[in-house]
Amino acid sequence: MSNSPILKSSIAKKIAMALSGLFLVTFLSIHFFINLTSVFNEDLFNTLAHFMGNNPLIQFAMQPVLILGVLFHFIMGFVLDFKNRASRPIGYAKYNGAANASWSSRNMIISGIVVLSFLGLHFYDFWIPEMVYKYVEVKPIASERYFHELVAKFNSPIRTSIYCFSFFFLFLHLWHGFNSSFQSVGMNNKYSKTLHKVGYAFAVIVPFGFIFIALFHHFNH
Amino acid sequence: MKLALKIWRQNNASSPGKMVDYTVDNIEPDMSFLEMLDILNDELIVKGEDTVAFDHDCREGICGMCSLFINGEAHGPDRLVTTCQLHMRKFKDGDTIYIEPFRAKAFPVIKDLVVDRSSFDRIQQSGGFISVNTSGNTIDANTIPIPKHDADKAFDAATCIGCGACVATCKNSSAMLFVSAKVSQFSLLPQGKVEAKERVLNMVNQMDAEGFGNCTNTGACEVECPKGISLENIARMNREYLKSSLI
Repeated sequence: MSNSPILKSSIAKKIAMALSGLFLVTFLSIHFFINLTSVFNEDLFNTLAHFMGNNPLIQFAMQPVLILGVLFHFIMGFVLDFKNRASRPIGYAKYNGAANASWSSRNMIISGIVVLSFLGLHFYDFWIPEMVYKYVEVKPIASERYFHELVAKFNSPIRTSIYCFSFFFLFLHLWHGFNSSFQSVGMNNKYSKTLHKVGYAFAVIVPFGFIFIALFHHFNH
Repeated sequence: MKLALKIWRQNNASSPGKMVDYTVDNIEPDMSFLEMLDILNDELIVKGEDTVAFDHDCREGICGMCSLFINGEAHGPDRLVTTCQLHMRKFKDGDTIYIEPFRAKAFPVIKDLVVDRSSFDRIQQSGGFISVNTSGNTIDANTIPIPKHDADKAFDAATCIGCGACVATCKNSSAMLFVSAKVSQFSLLPQGKVEAKERVLNMVNQMDAEGFGNCTNTGACEVECPKGISLENIARMNREYLKSSLI
């Protein structure tokens, strides 16, 4: 009886996907909290955004880890999807997937691709200009600029619509993904039902909260 | 009832197959699905045509031999039953029924609707057992007290008949429900705990080697399983695999 290295096994990949997903959920929570302050308090939002954008620990330690986490989650997602498709070389003439599983659980790759595409736009809108501002053009620190940059982006109805559309797919991705991650890491005990309710609540509150923030700034500024 | 059938026909493992149309008449609602296929085959014999090959044995829902992907679902539209227990009352006069083999890379088609599920046997052989000392001094298992909760969970897992519906219905052709049931039925009991670590590692390794896909927790397997094997078993297997790999 020989044992193959853990990292090559299907379960290890599944657990790695779950852990990277939970890591991204943590980041998403922080991002959501900071963005939400933009609705209530311009100064608080600027303070928090300035801290996140200029704290050396966040910029040079957390940010690279976050980018690696995003890359790992998406690359592993594609790798697993490719392998899973190869596990059934000849498909069914009739396959009634809706009879036994939700759309969101069966189409994580589609919702994932939409979110990935959105991230490209989001980076183009905010992250790349921020990197250019700070590290290429080396402009002076202006802690009050973040709120105006945010509001300016949501002037466009097309961009706002794309953001809302993407957040809806983020909801679909989280609706299955968040709770699925608990199952993947083997969590199944008396707390599971409560945890699943929290997972579903998070999957609704955060994406629809982002939609609210985008629409709020579009219609109020 | 008069029914239109679309059935996958394939001469052997190496030949290409295709869906072929048939019509059957005078089908009674009380007939089982396999009896309906028996009638079709009787008619094909009379016509001098090749009969449709399909797996079956006990026809009581306990052997795990029958399979069939019917109208897009493993074992058809009914719940908690195997194909042999599926009755024609579930269909209406004039229906068109798609009948296909369980499809997975690890379940190659042998002929028509018959697939080779020996990959499950090899997974079982890799660790789905307990080593018993038969020297004559073996202690009766019934003398070991077992909490009822554990005994019930182990028995629930042990009801898996290894039909492969979980693989057939999973969009990824994952065998994790089957393997987790076999892992759980032993690891929950004192006799099985002794070899639990080796068992889960070896069975998962063999499952991967057979070419099954990965579980994405859609839950389709649990819904389509004729024995109602719970996803809880997969969580337990993941937990045990992680623990056994790291410690």
